[in-house]
Amino acid sequence: MSARPSKPARERNDVFVDNLAGRHRAASIWQSLFLVSTLIGIATLTILLINIINSAFGYVALQNENDPQALLAAAKEAGWLSQDFNGDLAEAPQEALIEILKDNISAGLFRRFESEKPLAERSQEEIYALVQERVVAPQIVETWSLIESLTQRAEIEARVAEIPNGALEFRSWLTPGFISRPQNSDPQIAGVRTAILGSLWTIAITVLFAFPVGVAAAVYLEEYARDNFINRVIQTNINNLAGVPSIIYGMLGLAIFVRALEPISSGTAFGVGGAEETTLNGRTILSAGLTLGLLVLPVIIISAQEAIRAVPRSLRQASFGLGATKWQTVWSHVLPNALPGVLTGTILAVSRAIGETAPLVVVGASTFITFDPSGPFSKFTTLPAQVYQWSFRAQGEYRNLAAAAILVLLVLLLTLNFTAILLRNRYSRRLA
Amino acid sequence: MQLESTARTPAGVQLDLRKRRRPHEVLLQVFLFTCGALSILTTIGIIVVLIRESALLLNAPEFSLTEFLTTTEWQPHNGKFGVLPLLNATLITSLIAMLVALPLGVGVAIYLSEYASPRARSILKPVLEVLAGIPTVVYGYFALTFMTPLLRSIFGQDIVRFYNMASAGLVMGILILPLVASMSEDALSAVPRSLREGAYALGATKLEVAVRVVVPAALSGIAAAFIVAISRAVGETMIVALASGAGPAFTFNPFESAETITGHIVRISGGDLSYDSIDYNSIFILGLMLFLVTLVLNIISRVVVQRFREVYE
Repeated sequence: MSARPSKPARERNDVFVDNLAGRHRAASIWQSLFLVSTLIGIATLTILLINIINSAFGYVALQNENDPQALLAAAKEAGWLSQDFNGDLAEAPQEALIEILKDNISAGLFRRFESEKPLAERSQEEIYALVQERVVAPQIVETWSLIESLTQRAEIEARVAEIPNGALEFRSWLTPGFISRPQNSDPQIAGVRTAILGSLWTIAITVLFAFPVGVAAAVYLEEYARDNFINRVIQTNINNLAGVPSIIYGMLGLAIFVRALEPISSGTAFGVGGAEETTLNGRTILSAGLTLGLLVLPVIIISAQEAIRAVPRSLRQASFGLGATKWQTVWSHVLPNALPGVLTGTILAVSRAIGETAPLVVVGASTFITFDPSGPFSKFTTLPAQVYQWSFRAQGEYRNLAAAAILVLLVLLLTLNFTAILLRNRYSRRLA
Repeated sequence: MQLESTARTPAGVQLDLRKRRRPHEVLLQVFLFTCGALSILTTIGIIVVLIRESALLLNAPEFSLTEFLTTTEWQPHNGKFGVLPLLNATLITSLIAMLVALPLGVGVAIYLSEYASPRARSILKPVLEVLAGIPTVVYGYFALTFMTPLLRSIFGQDIVRFYNMASAGLVMGILILPLVASMSEDALSAVPRSLREGAYALGATKLEVAVRVVVPAALSGIAAAFIVAISRAVGETMIVALASGAGPAFTFNPFESAETITGHIVRISGGDLSYDSIDYNSIFILGLMLFLVTLVLNIISRVVVQRFREVYE
């Protein structure tokens, strides 16, 4: 570094200029600027979270296709319900609900329900759910965000009053039902179960592939590799791979796993899979998992290398001194001591893989899948791909669904990161 | 000197002193090497795939390289292969992102390494890490549902399109901010204490120490952070795919919608793509461009760190 003489003229004249106050002023102005940029970062994070929570809860204006009170009145008239019944539709006896259902849906649909499970054998709640879904059929007309719901209550109520047959309901889009229901084209009953299962399957394959390979590569580079040309190439190459955009991995996966290895990735080579699919191709969980595996491999290798490097030399020397071979030393002494560090790195890599969207969309995360993935050869969708799909139509209820799915995704990631931090803390305590 | 291969213990038991052959150790070493070499296979795989698929397009009769690099319409199925609109959108969104991320990122880094108390740092650094760990698709949602409405309410609905490059670029800047901040902070923290003490002893203020002594000493690390950030911005996909628009357009107005290279790849390949169609091959030539640009940027950043690093002791 070069210490630039600040004002040479001054030195020549040898006049003392008292500029200390100005320098201090500049210092404090800049200090606040540095602080402000930090605060901007924190503010953004806060706004981002508020923005998501804001969309995940709020009022919805519902319009019923059939008014529940009118249905009850009609039921009384037809004699399915006693005249002195004055509860809600939800409390109506089962027989009455079955009649209402039969009266309001097509005969074909009624027979289908009957053949799926005889209506008489279903519980009252199940029948009520059917009536609610098929007969009352509330449609979402408009949705409001949480902040709007809290601040503009009167205006919202005025709007809803204009809707014939309309009702106002405060809704949390993130419900146990949202997590446990499969994807559906109707935003009212759409859920993320298929997406969560798809994410878990994909990640399982990613870990099964990338963890052993990554750790093995790290062991090779740290314990076995001599400093020669090939090993330097491998090391440089791993560092470069860590900087390749994820979408390029998606294209690699598309060309290699989905197309070139189609018989393997679609499962036809093993004579399995594809039973429930109409178009059989390599756009399966296996392809996606392997693609993500290649993507996180450099990250896992680099973090595992650091963990292995941190194991003290003396441990290895003691092991060699007792006559252990290289592999015995690595397996029984180096790896167990490096394991917490390796696991932390792997968990962080995995949490990156869970949030990865672009490569999976390229490899073929089909966004509309209503059935649960049944194995590595299933078609699939993942949580971030689902968020992408819903965000794309960022209006009305899809925006709320996307926000709720993001909350699920963030909770999943936080859990993983928290585990990583716990592991790290436990590890450092043991060494201390 | 010839060693005896056998020896006797005092009790008369014969011992075999030859080195035992351990074939499984050799096998294991081969396996470990294979795993390491897999990374090279990955690189080769990427290069071969990208070049082979783009070669199909390069050899197509209706394709010419000059047209590819100079014309401004990208409609592969109509035989129009001008990459400029996609490239232009990528550059504009990345530029906006850098304008946000560089000053803020360096500001955060200087604050964290020079001003913040250890306590403040122990809170702020995890916050930045959280910011870095949020999936990019969430940032895309944020751009679409927060940044775009904000821009539209500031500049007017007629000027700012619903999908626009400015919103995508700004949010991308926030995405890259933690990367720039943490890489720069590492570089600043690596500057030895003695340099700071020396400057203080000469009567420098805290700002003068930070800006005239510490930052120049860490300049190679900060420059490397900039370059890595550019490469990240160029390769970033989900934010631009969601917020920047779904159609190539050649415009310099950041409030217009225009599709970037990555956004185009993800949109084309996300649909039901038929293999060996002109659309399929054309995304690989875009991928090849993207790969080369990011590779060169990453190599430059490594060279910058190695060549220009100020080494103390």
